[in-house]
Amino acid sequence: MSDFTNPVEPFLRTDRMPHIWCPGCGIGTTVNCFARALIESKIDLESLALVSGIGCTGRVAGYVKLDSFHTTHGRAIPFATGLKLANPKLNVVVYSGDGDLSAIGGNHLIHAARRNIDLKVICVNNLIYAMTGGQTAPTTPSHAITSTSPYGSCEPAFNLPHLVEAAGAVYVARWTTFHVRQLARSIAEAFNKKGFSFIEVISPCPTLFQRRNKLGDGLDTMKYYKEKSKVKHGAPTSEVGMTMTGEIIVGKFVDRDRPDYQTMARAQLAESLGDRFVEQAEMVCS
Amino acid sequence: MVERCKACGFCVEFCPTKVLALSSAFNSKGYHPPHVVNPEKCSGCDLCGMYCPDFAIYGYKLPNAAPQKGVPDEG
Repeated sequence: MSDFTNPVEPFLRTDRMPHIWCPGCGIGTTVNCFARALIESKIDLESLALVSGIGCTGRVAGYVKLDSFHTTHGRAIPFATGLKLANPKLNVVVYSGDGDLSAIGGNHLIHAARRNIDLKVICVNNLIYAMTGGQTAPTTPSHAITSTSPYGSCEPAFNLPHLVEAAGAVYVARWTTFHVRQLARSIAEAFNKKGFSFIEVISPCPTLFQRRNKLGDGLDTMKYYKEKSKVKHGAPTSEVGMTMTGEIIVGKFVDRDRPDYQTMARAQLAESLGDRFVEQAEMVCS
Repeated sequence: MVERCKACGFCVEFCPTKVLALSSAFNSKGYHPPHVVNPEKCSGCDLCGMYCPDFAIYGYKLPNAAPQKGVPDEG
């Protein structure tokens, strides 16, 4: 064995390996990209906190050797909001799945984007509720066969980049698990951004989504991503909706600046309190 | 490392220089981990490491940078 180690190894709780993710699942790939982004952005790991909700992706919090918390279902963003407000120096990352963030925690997602709370949200979208047995999720494309829609889903799916852009996010990007280098760069970029950053990662779920829809295994899905995804930076998010087997528009869609929640809170207090407002290094509860 | 492999085939498929192939050997869980078939072609780009969802493989460049390889084939 050589002196070289896997660059992701220092970020893992190796005693918990092998993880429970299925063969061909893309969540592990996103963790690789996240680890590379942490290395690239030279972020102080002491100032980093990772919050996950429930679900397959929610297990990331248990597998990474960082200050991490595995919250209740859908409540990753509220927990992270509390962390950020109580200790503004922290870099808070929310790492969760599409069901946890956009369905059970859907309201938290849009309101965190509206308030522009300084969170980095990584949403691994496998188009289905994977951990609970493959039920239709808000992100499941129309006509998809799932355990709760055996004759095909009739519902239109959420277009997450469009949703969070409309709600007010300052950074919105989408990649697939095929775009590993781009994803790592995007995560590193989000760390340099103040405000609500949202990165959607399309990932295979070979066990439930691809199998039921006869789309092959994880590798076939990765080949599909390679073939059918099109990089369009700055594409209007209203036009990036997903279909079952159609084109996937990926890229950095939104990169804008607007004051984050804590800046706005300070400005409001200074305006209404006048001289009575005492600027502190941190806004803390006392 | 070899025990973590679940034989998804991502590293084999997306290696830019086609260094790897799934072997016929089994690990203890019954999967076929990859092995190096073209070691001289490896550029050490670590794309296999980026793709591997099971953290079971990685690539690196040897410091005395002869146009050499160094994929420590799954450990």
